[in-house]
Amino acid sequence: MSSLSLAVRDSSTMLRRNLLHARRYPSLTLNLLLTPVMLLLLFVYIFGDTMSAGIGGGDRSDYIAYLVPGLLLMTIGSTTIGTAVSVSNDMTEGIIARFRTMAIHRPSVLVGHVVGSVLQCVMSVVLVGAVALAIGFRPTGATALEWLAAFGLLVLFATALTWIAVGMGLISPNAEAAGNNAMPLIFLPLISSTFVPIASMPGWFQPIAEYQPFTPAVETLRGLLLGTEIGHNGWLAVAWCAGLTVLGYFWSTSKFNDDAK
Amino acid sequence: MTDLAIAANGLRKSYGDKVVLDGVDLAVPAGTIFSLLGPNGAGKTTAVKILSTLVRADAGEIRVGGHDLAAAPQAVRAAIGVTGQFSAVDGLITGEENMLLMADLHHLSKSEGRRVAAELLRRFDLTEAAKKPASTYSGGMKRRLDIAMTLVGDPRIIFLDEPTTGLDPRSRHNMWQIIRELVSDGVTVFLTTQYLEEADELADRIAVLNDGRIVAEGTADELKRIVPGGHVRLRFTDPAAYRRAALALGPGEEHGDDESLSLRIPSDGSQRELRSLLDRLDAAGVEADELTVHTPDLDDVFFALTGTKVPAQSAQSAQSAQSAQSAQSAQSAQSAQSVQSDQPA
Repeated sequence: MSSLSLAVRDSSTMLRRNLLHARRYPSLTLNLLLTPVMLLLLFVYIFGDTMSAGIGGGDRSDYIAYLVPGLLLMTIGSTTIGTAVSVSNDMTEGIIARFRTMAIHRPSVLVGHVVGSVLQCVMSVVLVGAVALAIGFRPTGATALEWLAAFGLLVLFATALTWIAVGMGLISPNAEAAGNNAMPLIFLPLISSTFVPIASMPGWFQPIAEYQPFTPAVETLRGLLLGTEIGHNGWLAVAWCAGLTVLGYFWSTSKFNDDAK
Repeated sequence: MTDLAIAANGLRKSYGDKVVLDGVDLAVPAGTIFSLLGPNGAGKTTAVKILSTLVRADAGEIRVGGHDLAAAPQAVRAAIGVTGQFSAVDGLITGEENMLLMADLHHLSKSEGRRVAAELLRRFDLTEAAKKPASTYSGGMKRRLDIAMTLVGDPRIIFLDEPTTGLDPRSRHNMWQIIRELVSDGVTVFLTTQYLEEADELADRIAVLNDGRIVAEGTADELKRIVPGGHVRLRFTDPAAYRRAALALGPGEEHGDDESLSLRIPSDGSQRELRSLLDRLDAAGVEADELTVHTPDLDDVFFALTGTKVPAQSAQSAQSAQSAQSAQSAQSAQSAQSVQSDQPA
């Protein structure tokens, strides 16, 4: 068997294992889904009027449109915290030691986690998106191609964050530490253009907010779904995704290849 | 070298300042059971982790299944199966799913995987529990599932790290039976244990590991002979008979306990030694009221092997003539006593 088909076969076996876990124990995923949904309802129904005035819009439906693209990406960040926790949990299991002593494609253990997590991200995004539609989000102007690009961006973004989360899970001694180490993944969207425009932030802070991974992705998704200006954000977003994926992959696989404890 | 399933030379491993393995040599012929015996912390698990590619050695040449471990770890992995000390099953999924996971990772076809999984589940008496999550299994069931998973790939060399620790006596005997069946199929088994009894039951050869070094190596019988804990205890009710017996048995006198009227005579418990002992008692015309044979236990092994560093060669000299043998046994028993008196109370 060639090394590529070995890699694909072992990775899909590991993916099946992770999906089985997720299906049997969905509570973690569902809990993490609550955060973006609560934030969505909070910012629309409680703060909605003020926020809407802040972005120079009319009623709160303008703010729903502004908020939802970023919130979908935040959903991905939130889901990948679960990935860090479950990877960390998994590494304490004896079965991982067994995998390490088997003649399998080693990274497949991690690839299984990543693909499983990306699928979970997509499902979570669909669920949060459905809530958004239910409360009045209307991306009616987007073409089929733009929808496809939006979907592609979400998958790329989920892949990138997941690899980083896997690395965070691997360096964490236990699940609690993994949850803490992965906090930036849900904190970063708060200091991006998800909730308020960058221009409304203090001047010294604007470059940080503008060039961190979330803002370019938020702006790109906003542009694709609602027709706002994308500009250089599209390339920035793709570059961030590619960079984080490569970084996360090499970081994670080298950590995983370290001696077992 | 080709008939050795496992060969290690000068194996070393330290964690920081702590030396865990300090120049260990191992040679395990294919198709045999080899047991690494040692107390907690002796380095047994580290040795298994290194030989099974989980942890890298600091130094040493290792060949497992004919492959150089450092140069071709994947080839080694393809030849081995490992059942670690802590259960290597996925507790979140069922026993059957665990088995099918292994079948998939060994690239068996779907039908072949199902066949192998069902057969092994039946062989290890897990068919009934197959649809339950492995986390609900008892200790013995988990260990059986663990070994069943190890066998899916039909490995030629199997590492078992303390396979019976924490099991009840019935499960332990079941496990022994399983291990015996493995070698009857020509598989090589590398077993670690802290129970001399277990090594004795199963192993063709035993190496005693203490403080990161092999302090003795040989068959169970050879080891037991160099361990001076084996003895026969004679009890008397008549003080006169007790004294006559003590006199007749000669230099063993100092092992007498005048209060309980009992004599402790070093012996390996073999028929030959017992007969010689009884002959000497008969010749002196005394009869003991009670005779018990004590075989060495792990305490004896470790007090002897770690206190006095008895070289393994003395096992061979133990096969010499009868009189010389009993003299030597008496001698080693003396040294054993001095060792034991050296131990803090």
